[in-house]
Amino acid sequence: MKLNVNGRDVEVAADPATPLLYVLRGELALNGAKFGCGLGQCGACTVLADGEPIFSCLTPLSVLQSRKIRTVEGLGTLQNPGPLQSAFIEEQAAQCGYCIPGMMMRAQALLEKAPGASEDEIRAHLSPSLCRCGTHMRILRAVARAMKAKA
Amino acid sequence: MTLLAGCGAQEAMAPLDASAKLPPDPQRIAQGARLAALGNCMGCHTAPGGKPYAGGRGLETPFGTIYGTNITPDAETGIGGWSQAAFARAMREGLDNNGRHLYPAFPYDYFTRLTDDDLASLYAFLMAREPVKQENRASRVPIPRVAVALWNKLYLKKGPIEADPGKSGEWNRGAYLVRGLAHCGACHTPRDRLGGEIKQADFAGGEAEGWHAPALNADSPSPVPWTRDALHAYLRTGIAESHALTAGPMTGVVRDLKQVLDEDVRAIATYIASLDRRTPGERRKAADEAFANTKRDAADNARGRVVYEGACAQCHDRGRDAEGGALQLALASGLTIPTSRNLAHIILEGIEPREGERGPWMPAFAGSLGEQDLADLLAYLRSLTGRAPWKDTHEAQR
Amino acid sequence: MKRRGFLAAGGALVVGFALPLRAFAALPGDLEKTPLLDAWLRIGADGSITVFTGKAELGQGIKTALLQIAAEQLAVEPARIELVTADTARTPNEGYTAGSHSMQDSGTAILHACAQAREILIAEAARRFGLSSNDLSLQKGEIRTRDGRHVGYGELVSGQQLHVNAAPQSRLATRRSWMGKPVQRVDIPGKVTGAPSYVQDLRLPGMVHARVVRPPSYGARLASFDESAATRLPGVLKVVRDGSYLAVIAEREWTAIQAMRALKDSSRWEEPARLPARDVYSALLQLPAQESVIYQHGTPRGGRTVQAEYRRPYQLHGSIGPSCAVGLFKDDGLAVWTHSQGVYPLRDALAEMLGVPKERIRCIHMEGAGCYGHNAADDAGADAALLARAFPGRPVRVQWMREDEHAWEPFGPAMIARARATLAADGSIASWSYDVWSNTHSTRPGRAGDLAPALALAKPFTPPPPRPIPQPEGGGDRNAIPIYALPAARVAHHFIPQMPLRVSALRALGAYMNVFSIESFMDELAQAAHADPVAFRQRYLADARARDVVRIAALRFGWPAFKREPGRGRGFAFARYKNLAAYCAVAMEVHVECETGEVRLLRVVSAVDGGEAVNPDGIRNQIEGGILQSLSWTTLEAVAFDERRITSRDWGGYPILRFPHVPRSVEVEVVDRPGEPFLGIGEAAQGPTAAALANAIADATGHRIRELPLNRERIKASIGA
Repeated sequence: MKLNVNGRDVEVAADPATPLLYVLRGELALNGAKFGCGLGQCGACTVLADGEPIFSCLTPLSVLQSRKIRTVEGLGTLQNPGPLQSAFIEEQAAQCGYCIPGMMMRAQALLEKAPGASEDEIRAHLSPSLCRCGTHMRILRAVARAMKAKA
Repeated sequence: MTLLAGCGAQEAMAPLDASAKLPPDPQRIAQGARLAALGNCMGCHTAPGGKPYAGGRGLETPFGTIYGTNITPDAETGIGGWSQAAFARAMREGLDNNGRHLYPAFPYDYFTRLTDDDLASLYAFLMAREPVKQENRASRVPIPRVAVALWNKLYLKKGPIEADPGKSGEWNRGAYLVRGLAHCGACHTPRDRLGGEIKQADFAGGEAEGWHAPALNADSPSPVPWTRDALHAYLRTGIAESHALTAGPMTGVVRDLKQVLDEDVRAIATYIASLDRRTPGERRKAADEAFANTKRDAADNARGRVVYEGACAQCHDRGRDAEGGALQLALASGLTIPTSRNLAHIILEGIEPREGERGPWMPAFAGSLGEQDLADLLAYLRSLTGRAPWKDTHEAQR
Repeated sequence: MKRRGFLAAGGALVVGFALPLRAFAALPGDLEKTPLLDAWLRIGADGSITVFTGKAELGQGIKTALLQIAAEQLAVEPARIELVTADTARTPNEGYTAGSHSMQDSGTAILHACAQAREILIAEAARRFGLSSNDLSLQKGEIRTRDGRHVGYGELVSGQQLHVNAAPQSRLATRRSWMGKPVQRVDIPGKVTGAPSYVQDLRLPGMVHARVVRPPSYGARLASFDESAATRLPGVLKVVRDGSYLAVIAEREWTAIQAMRALKDSSRWEEPARLPARDVYSALLQLPAQESVIYQHGTPRGGRTVQAEYRRPYQLHGSIGPSCAVGLFKDDGLAVWTHSQGVYPLRDALAEMLGVPKERIRCIHMEGAGCYGHNAADDAGADAALLARAFPGRPVRVQWMREDEHAWEPFGPAMIARARATLAADGSIASWSYDVWSNTHSTRPGRAGDLAPALALAKPFTPPPPRPIPQPEGGGDRNAIPIYALPAARVAHHFIPQMPLRVSALRALGAYMNVFSIESFMDELAQAAHADPVAFRQRYLADARARDVVRIAALRFGWPAFKREPGRGRGFAFARYKNLAAYCAVAMEVHVECETGEVRLLRVVSAVDGGEAVNPDGIRNQIEGGILQSLSWTTLEAVAFDERRITSRDWGGYPILRFPHVPRSVEVEVVDRPGEPFLGIGEAAQGPTAAALANAIADATGHRIRELPLNRERIKASIGA
């Protein structure tokens, strides 16, 4: 199967029905997308496909053949974090951090599509992503900060 | 034209005399609360995220968008100035306090059947709500209100329904609720071009906000015929094994039914089950055929099958009894109705319990599946039922 | 690889310590348990500094805070220090990372150990330079003289200089460069850029993937299964069965999941049906209980009686990442990478389960998703151990499925509390009596019978008899003793040994329920006495720090100036966690939609005193998180079950708080107390938040709800039509 992940074309030996998550983590050794529920209920596995947030745990490779996939690794690096990553660091918007990469990818979609979104719109947009540590207030601040930086 | 003008001019009701107000009767209010839930009044009279009963929700109809009105007891913007007689007239004749015609999206053709006592309870309940000052939104319907008078001539049959002494009390209670306050036929009966119900096709399947409302009579698409118990489970819990899970506009109906006495829900189930007039033999034969035609797997659409395996099988292959499992699909109504629209809605939008409430949860696949992916998946799922392929698997998404 | 070398693999060879020599005087923090200095701190010849803690990073930010302490004492940047966390081959045994003890135990130990090391360095430098220590200064890992000579730490301490007994230090460097500063967390940049941060991200060469077919219910026995569909899948390596324990190992994770599902579909189980699904509270009250009066004071006097009963359901930890572990069995030794909160106790339990001497087992902590107490982390460690033994030579990674994490983690126990008080004619409290019923709040390992997988084996282990956690910390009775100075009070703990559902420690343990009950009851009493709830509390608070926290929270909230509007309510609550850790007050404003019972959380203001604040932003983050998590527990959460099974198997069956419903604002005021001992803050907000919300809802609607959760349905029912 051919995939385009973070701007790179890759070829993976996997069944076309395999959900993307297991290929990202297993074959491509990317850590950002996490297994949280396997049911599309928590958002820990969220990545972007052509800019749309998708649950990678329930998206088979077959529907991703011609789409550009982006994971948190595609937003920047440890040495050179991207704007959204910097905003999360500045706001210290993590406790355990397990939900954060999925959360960030969902936020990134909004940042690209509606950079002037209001706080209520940000809340509604992030609704499918669960956080158990209760870091919500900081996450909202981080997303708002990234929006301001972009404006 | 004279006919229209003549019928259109109705008298305004006398304003409510505040000094004549009776003290609130808690029992009547509680009864009114149950009736309001039974009628799913909030469904149209509460905007998403808005104040309860203050109106503002837009209802898309073939004739334009009609906004639910403010029915809180605010004197200026709500029904605070309405007497009980004015309220009863609105419910039974579709006229507002000033005698102006209401659009029949407000199902007074059903509410006309309500007893005086139920109307009094509903009125008491509404008058005990918190008054909310919120102006009504003008509906966008390019039809003069006087034309409604003609519609009423054609379709409004005022007055109560007659009890059938040959049937049980429960059945008669069900008939009163289903054909009255619960206004089930408003969605489940097909309508003609003027928006009136086609009486010959009573409960033969209709439309609701872009969803197909399945037939409840002998044309029921359910492979396993519905029984009273299955209907009761569905209306009580939102799930009936081998049938369906609530989705779309029905979700709010079932949610409100939680506040309704079980005997009334049972009565509704009893009456609706009786709409399917097939003999037990015919029903059994239909079920047997459905099972025989149902395929565990179908190779008709290989691409759709791959999508199913990666996106759906993890839950739906295992059935609801398994941990994290979901309804097995081959017998589900969404696959057997004449259109793929409902299934497309469900796949794209998901089914989520109201925030904070327990319930079956399927995620939205709108971002994951392209148009062709969805069409493939719909075609594959339809093929599991053994029925003729859908013709609208591409249009269904629009 | 030699066994010894293998067990020490992955870092410098630091194998065990000499037997601890008991010091005569009590040593600060966990130095008492591990008194050798070089167990806590090493300085390499190259000047590298390594600090060891037996505590684990759980997402609470402990690594950063400990680094700040060490950096301050040693006058270096935190980035220059390598911090090694919980690892049975390398770090001190500090038991569990739990009970908000990390700063008290490990922070204090590292504070004194690093201060002592600094004094040793200065003394050694003074000797070499022939100067008084007063003429020397520390800068960036060097000791400097006034005339510009300098020597690196690494040159000063070679060999055995740090292999000495710890002693309490009086010269503690505080608050110059690192302590007291909102230093950014060291782990966050990696977490937001996709660096491997969790045991879930661990990839070892040759690693294989396993999944376990968890029984459908407690006590279910595996009657039969058919492995043919599973083994047909390409890449399936082995099906493991031991009694009712069934698992599968595959080359790839997705294959392991598919094979597990195939095995599960083919399996048949015998399930008992004995869960108290109908009325759990009556069922619990009918079980035998051991009553102990944990507090009795004064002579009760009559007056106007007020009484109430409060209830709390079973609640989930609900980690977002299901539990995971990696095991490697090789050369008769076992290594387990785990997010357990206690690597040493887990090692003991694994040794018993496998019948292997514990010296041959190494447990290494790696972060998991936040756990908030004893979740399935240790059970997953047991899975990794069993499956690694069944498949030796290659690392075996096992992760739980969501439905199994929900059903099999040990829940926070259901509880019942009854409060009764008399009010004198002047409205003051004349007497107080409080009874609380609860299961144990800790079934943490130490024994094989504490591990869920061990119960399913052909030769099953049985859970050790549950025991209450004694006062002053307490378990079910944690915070059951009111902090208020009352003329007469009696508090009894009714410990219920029998556990219908699997339970253990959930953040704050019994304090969540007891503070909810006591602080709800204080409002009920204040109302009966026609007193302002904040002033009423202040009347009975003797501790000045408690009074301060209450005053500051009320002030920042604007308590007296609160504007009344229909549907709006304000609530207040306070507690000192365990009556001996951090002080925390919470004030809250809510709006209740009477028609639907819907609560909108508007504003939360909190004040917290955790002693000396090493990282004020870290404290703020923990308190904010505690508030939001407690709001989720309190408004929504209860585990559902029928007679046979847990039916909360996913997030649809166990809803939690999501973005649209979190408060409009949350403010946390950190009351810093420089020089005061560190007081654990990690669990301090759970109880006060619950009660503040209950009080705010009662204020808004005029109706009090005493059974958790305070959900839409209950609020609506309390208001009526």
